Amino acid sequence: MEATVSNTGTEGKVWGGGNKPLNASYGKMMMWFFILSDALTFSGFLAAYGFSRFKFIDSWPIADEVYNHFPGLHGDHPMYFVALMTFILIASSVTMVLAVDAGHHMDKKKVTFYMFLTIIGGAIFLGSQAWEWTNFIQGYYGAVETKGGQILQFVDADKKDSHDKMLRVYVDDFVTASHKERVQHESKKGLWFVSEPALPEYSVQDVITGFNAHPNLAVRTQELMPNIAELEASTNPADVAKAERMKSMYVNTDQTGQKGVLNRAASEKALKDAVVYVKGANLIHNEYGNRLFGDFFFFITGFHGFHVFSGVVINIIIFFNVILGTYERRKNNYEMVEKVGLYWHFVDLVWVFVFTFFYLV
Amino acid sequence: MAHDHGHTEHKLAIFRGRLKFKSNVQKIWGVLIFLSIITIIEVAFGIFKPAFLVDNYFLGMKLLNWVFIILTLVKAYYIAWDFMHLRDEKSSLRRAVVWTAVFLIAYLLFILLQEGTYIEGVKANGFIKWDF
Repeated sequence: MEATVSNTGTEGKVWGGGNKPLNASYGKMMMWFFILSDALTFSGFLAAYGFSRFKFIDSWPIADEVYNHFPGLHGDHPMYFVALMTFILIASSVTMVLAVDAGHHMDKKKVTFYMFLTIIGGAIFLGSQAWEWTNFIQGYYGAVETKGGQILQFVDADKKDSHDKMLRVYVDDFVTASHKERVQHESKKGLWFVSEPALPEYSVQDVITGFNAHPNLAVRTQELMPNIAELEASTNPADVAKAERMKSMYVNTDQTGQKGVLNRAASEKALKDAVVYVKGANLIHNEYGNRLFGDFFFFITGFHGFHVFSGVVINIIIFFNVILGTYERRKNNYEMVEKVGLYWHFVDLVWVFVFTFFYLV
Repeated sequence: MAHDHGHTEHKLAIFRGRLKFKSNVQKIWGVLIFLSIITIIEVAFGIFKPAFLVDNYFLGMKLLNWVFIILTLVKAYYIAWDFMHLRDEKSSLRRAVVWTAVFLIAYLLFILLQEGTYIEGVKANGFIKWDF
């Protein structure tokens, strides 16, 4: 049944809503202003990330050491996976523009086809992000956290890679599991209104016992090695003192920009402050370093992933509308495809920035 | 009725008119190739990290990071101008969207990064160790 429309005789006139101030229809202009406000939300997130990062500039985790997995490959492969995700998203952006262009030519078949490809691209991207999150949450090597919230990781002082960097060691490989006194309390076993989160797999004592039994191990802190030669040459006594302190604790003072590795004595001393074994990441602890690092990862990539998800859902709705011929009947034809297209490109645009600030910089 | 809904014609030249395309579809593929090249350059820099760019600083940030940020802005420009066809919109719409964002974001970044640097200084030079 046709909807009843009463004509007022003012259609197309300025005060009848027929005016297009910026030569864009109402819907398109509002989509632009929505995108603008959403862009400000994202920049709020990214600026907060920058704030925290500048605050902890001398101890922020090194992205290449955190995101170094690639499906089906073992070992260190930084960059490849995110680069792939970036290409997937840019490619799905291209199919979206092609759909918009086909819409301008009223080519229903092509619009359908390109919308379909766009949806597939979005779905692959979401899957990739899920995989990335899984790796991040499950973790890899394990670490201990100190009272002050610092993360201590473990390396093998005898094994070095081609850049002379000491190789990380899995806590699983050296830990000495002790008898466990405590099991996780579950509400079904006792007081039903009392619960507690899962207990760490190992106690700190297990880790320390294992560490003491392996003289080749050393503790790697979060501190990034400054240029020691430059500090020593400085006229500021505080800089000279800092260089002195670094040289008395760390063995890799020549590796500027790398995480500091403590000598054996300093390692044992640092482990005395350890309070909890951490593997993987949640919103409170993460094995990669600063607590905020995990939080920002979850919030920003999560917020972006949510945008991609809503984009895919909207694209699916539009896709079926295209098949049903909704836009062939509309006065403004395929403009709706153009409007969701804008949203979809925006999601791509945000990813370009997330890619830079999380993985490159 | 196919072409009477009044959308503006596409501007088919990029790089300030130095590169002209024959059709909109051709331009889309051209921009894709350009964006891919930039991404490949970024990834290559990210993997090889040239010592010159890592060891030298400008305004307190490594040259390498400046390169990444500039390349990102270039990418953002072409996504907005060609994929989101801001190039074909009226300049008034373009300005309403882009300038608003640019000014507000630049202000926000300045405030927060300045403050972050200050707190880092307190942490490094003051008597407070870590936890705030």
